[in-house]
Amino acid sequence: MNNSPAWLQELSAWGTSSRMLQDRILLVTVAPEHWAQLAPEASVRQLRFAGLWADVRDEKLEVNACLARDGWYVLLRATPLDGTMGLPSWARWYPAADRMQRHAHDLWGVRFGECNPPWTRHGAWKADEAPLRTPVTPQERGRDRYPFATFSGEGVYEIPVGPVHAGIIEPGHFRFSVAGEDILGLEERLGYVHKGIEWLACGRKPAALLPLASRVSADSTVAHSWAAALALECALGIAPTARGVVLRGFLAERERIANHLGDVGAICGDVGFAFAKMQCSRLREEWLRCQHGIFGHRLLMDCIAPGGVAVDLDAGHIRLLRANHRDMLQRWQNIAPILTDYPPLQDRLLNTGRLSTVAARGLGVSGYLARASGLSLDVRHDRPQPPYDRHPVQPCLQQRGDVAARLQVRMAEISASVRLLDALLDDLPPGPIQEPWPPGMAAEGVGVVEGFRGEIVTHVRLDDQGNVARFFPRDPSWFAWPALEVLVGGNIVADFPVCNKSVNASYSGCDL
Amino acid sequence: MIRILRTILSNTTCTDAPPQLDAHALEQAGIAVRRMLDAQCRASLAIRQVDAGSCNGCELEIGALENPYHDLERFGVRFVASPRHADALLVTGPVSRHMAEALLRTWDAMAEPRLVIAAGDCACNGGLFGTSYASLGGVDQVIPVDVFIPGCPPPPERLLLGILAAMGRHVRA
Repeated sequence: MNNSPAWLQELSAWGTSSRMLQDRILLVTVAPEHWAQLAPEASVRQLRFAGLWADVRDEKLEVNACLARDGWYVLLRATPLDGTMGLPSWARWYPAADRMQRHAHDLWGVRFGECNPPWTRHGAWKADEAPLRTPVTPQERGRDRYPFATFSGEGVYEIPVGPVHAGIIEPGHFRFSVAGEDILGLEERLGYVHKGIEWLACGRKPAALLPLASRVSADSTVAHSWAAALALECALGIAPTARGVVLRGFLAERERIANHLGDVGAICGDVGFAFAKMQCSRLREEWLRCQHGIFGHRLLMDCIAPGGVAVDLDAGHIRLLRANHRDMLQRWQNIAPILTDYPPLQDRLLNTGRLSTVAARGLGVSGYLARASGLSLDVRHDRPQPPYDRHPVQPCLQQRGDVAARLQVRMAEISASVRLLDALLDDLPPGPIQEPWPPGMAAEGVGVVEGFRGEIVTHVRLDDQGNVARFFPRDPSWFAWPALEVLVGGNIVADFPVCNKSVNASYSGCDL
Repeated sequence: MIRILRTILSNTTCTDAPPQLDAHALEQAGIAVRRMLDAQCRASLAIRQVDAGSCNGCELEIGALENPYHDLERFGVRFVASPRHADALLVTGPVSRHMAEALLRTWDAMAEPRLVIAAGDCACNGGLFGTSYASLGGVDQVIPVDVFIPGCPPPPERLLLGILAAMGRHVRA
């Protein structure tokens, strides 16, 4: 605590108790009457809101809020007073808290402020039921009337879209309010792919948690399973093997490149530049085939294990991978300049879907969304955990915050990550890939990982037998979705697909 | 501009390289699909894809069917935006309780005869997510399914073989 920043000491002074959960993650227990005051106190100290979730421990409901700054994380924990089942809402200070509070209300029955409109529930169970606390009686979802914000005025009309969309993507509902061609407002209604991940995690053995974490959002399968494994390891105080941790970084960087390639192609494809879409999808397919050949899975699912990884590389694999990286870098360097030099493409992307630095900071976005809007946020840089401690990563920054900037951040990250892959191979230590898993005990831990989309924060709590009692994977999409609502304002309806693709938020990752 | 065009041209040639690895199997499966389609669907099959609650893994692989390696459209199979234009419904994910109605209404909107293909372990039997307060399990809990394509997620070539199976099943029925 002695070398902790001043803001952290000031904030922890509000708590009834505080302890370091793990490196640079502080747990502060606060009295419920101070909950309302803590949001402005944190906000004025420029803390970023990084998540909120409920839990029940020893029959007592408790709420965790995660705040972050400069690679430090503080977990504020409060138990609502008996009988009230509620805490004041933080949405006024941290707008992104709204949906997370409503999610916690729908699943755990904890109330935030006076108004708790449904988010995840959709009317599939009764408003006063909480499926994660007591079994619920499922009911017909029915035509529940969701309170969409309405815009009025001469010539203003609405375009409802979804939940079944026109393309091959996940389901969600968008309500556009439009005047002429310009979008006045967009309201998202998500939760359609809620399939009970938090409920399914309860009671699992640590090793059985990882297949579930791998499927929180398939494009971030490595990042989510790494974050879950990290949380488990921090809880029990074990360290993954040296070889395992380098391989984790290796897998995560491969996943980043695969997704960025897909996104770069899709962004260009959405404005009609089919050349880039075809080239990038070709590169992505070659990349996935290489992964299938070496790791046995095209998307790298189930490659992370508690205490290390489940896959290993031999000398032959390393030769193949080096050739694969060289090949990719060469082809990518051939294609990339065309995208930045092609005026018709840049003409469509520049100034489209702008997210200002102020808005990005206010909404608490991370990943390429933050970096394209001038916020230097990258877990790999701010919190250099192994293997990134030996391979420093410089955040790729852009200032404009438009679709072109988000494209450029991704393009820069592809090149940087391919080089990082080679450096990781150079540094691959010999030894076992997995640490033996210790006997279980009651403990909790937090895993923070930079996925391709941004910062993932996963909280895991184990019960006395060492089984999972609580699992909450906080995907960056919780913050990317509200940012999409903001950045499409003033754009034309026809540009929504490219704006949406440039954000590429996950539905499954936050519907859970 | 000349530099850009030159690079584009040289890259385009590079794209047209024939598929590797599974080229033979894919070609064979594709030709078989083509014959079925010629007989059954006047040379094309229009597919409407619905994610009923997946983790997005199956969508990534279905999307890969459209890349230059697999190039699904050369077999006359294409994805359409409306169920009213579709011959087949390709469903992924366990059916979440919240998506059941949307899935049913999409199916209702299709003209008969209509095929239903369940893609991925979750769509086949609920998979990892099973049946819970939030999930109804496999697609056949909500609409009748003609063909099941297992896999988590099924790779593109297996998806194409599933389409072939769907057509075979359709012929028998």
